[in-house]
Amino acid sequence: MRYLSWAYLAAMFGFILLPVAVLVVFSFQDGRLPVPPFNGPTAEWYAKVLGDRDLMAALGNSMLVALASSAVALTLGFLAAAGFAQARLPGGALMRGLIIAPMTVSYLIIGLGLLQMFNWAGVRPSLMATGIGHVVINLPLCFAILSAAIGAPQKSALKAARDLGAGEAQVLLLILAPMIAPSLAAAFFLSFTFSWDEFIIAFLLTRFDVTLPVEIWSMLRSGLSPETNAVGSLVFLVSVLLVVTLELTLFRKASK
Amino acid sequence: MSIERSEKRLGAALAAPALLWTAAFFVLPFAAMVWMSLGHMEGRAVLPGPDLQTYARIFTDPSLAKGIRVSLEITLTVTVLSVLLAWPLAWIIATRVPARWRRLALLLAVLPFWTSYVVRSYSWALVLGEKGVIMNALTGLGLLAEPVQIMATRAATVIGFTHFFVMLLTLTIYSNLVQLSPNYARAAEDLGASRWQVIRLVILPLTLPGVMTGAFLTFVLCIGDYITPQILGGNNELSLPQLIMLQLGRRGDYPLASGLSVVLMVMVTLAYAGCARWLKMERV
Repeated sequence: MRYLSWAYLAAMFGFILLPVAVLVVFSFQDGRLPVPPFNGPTAEWYAKVLGDRDLMAALGNSMLVALASSAVALTLGFLAAAGFAQARLPGGALMRGLIIAPMTVSYLIIGLGLLQMFNWAGVRPSLMATGIGHVVINLPLCFAILSAAIGAPQKSALKAARDLGAGEAQVLLLILAPMIAPSLAAAFFLSFTFSWDEFIIAFLLTRFDVTLPVEIWSMLRSGLSPETNAVGSLVFLVSVLLVVTLELTLFRKASK
Repeated sequence: MSIERSEKRLGAALAAPALLWTAAFFVLPFAAMVWMSLGHMEGRAVLPGPDLQTYARIFTDPSLAKGIRVSLEITLTVTVLSVLLAWPLAWIIATRVPARWRRLALLLAVLPFWTSYVVRSYSWALVLGEKGVIMNALTGLGLLAEPVQIMATRAATVIGFTHFFVMLLTLTIYSNLVQLSPNYARAAEDLGASRWQVIRLVILPLTLPGVMTGAFLTFVLCIGDYITPQILGGNNELSLPQLIMLQLGRRGDYPLASGLSVVLMVMVTLAYAGCARWLKMERV
């Protein structure tokens, strides 16, 4: 049983880590094809990636869309969570359901619906349109995380602040926001990650200025290349750094 | 005005922006899509309905009906395979790995989860290709005389999907396992259960909520995904999302794309109804 367990663990780790290992190793391939044999290390492809204007533009676009859409989703989600904490609203369950609903629908369907609506309204595909779509997918997430963070202690603190004469903006920004700061940060980072990696909505709703996943997608059409490996490895490195930072700061604190 | 009423008005005012956003950019587009699916294409023009010609076409045109079947088959295979592979992995990490290594083991087990989705599919294309690492090793060791084609087949799609969803399920099942009190297993052992019986009759049923939540997520994400079948499965056998994208690109057939999306939506809803008794969405 014991040896079997370790053998299984090793086999599954092999399966899970194999593609990433191959991706990273062959990003250093000295040659035109990222397949065996490995011809020895070169940083040539990384230099090429960092010097690629289209890629760098796409990286900037992705950063912009992810920051802006996460900020909007976080703000709307925060206000809504605070609103529902305020009082029992008539039809509250239905309204909560409406805000959560996009979570259960495929991104493809959300993107397709927006594409058709924008076509009718005469709105051209753009980064802005993509950002709107990303707010749609991230708002339910932010709302769910922040709603869960507002419990009885937060509610009574809100009430106390109001009784003592705080204005509504003061209540939200000076009382509620600091109390649920870790959840705000977690919601923002998760939204950022989802927007950063989202492909199909961005693919449908952008045309000339594209985001990074769409740019990588168009690189794939020219076949396998160590350059694609290099981009992929860089994206991986950034995400892992982000996750490790989160693990060491936010979640460690949260679990204490 | 009573305090309670003013509180209600304030609450509604705070929730309003989120509700308006969802109405404008989710409900309205969705309604537009359903309306579009009730029209049909005639030549190169969209004729608005309402009629059911598009739906009639979906269920009579063999290539479209086949897409639905292919997607269902792939998704069910992936869901079952991922559960079968992930459960023992989560169990080993939760119970066999020493406590101080547990977090590291879990982090490693889901590490590629954090790479870009497109890049992950691409890296499987590297591994599974005719000149890729696996075929190279197998032919090099003399186990295979000729490389076998995996890329651009259903097997490649299933492998790529399974890789992703094993990680997702390991997370949901693991979080379920660590919440179980060890007393359940001890009690069963005291009552004379063998180790295998403890797992099969006690632990396994107790992890059913985690398994079902993960399986439902797998089903939903898998059946709606365009990237993996497009990169790994190729164009020999089209899945439902590939068919939807095909209608948009080449022909501009929005009614058919919308109709197929509605079918996709209905399948997800049915899956939800099927799993609802195990799902507690508030935990997600």
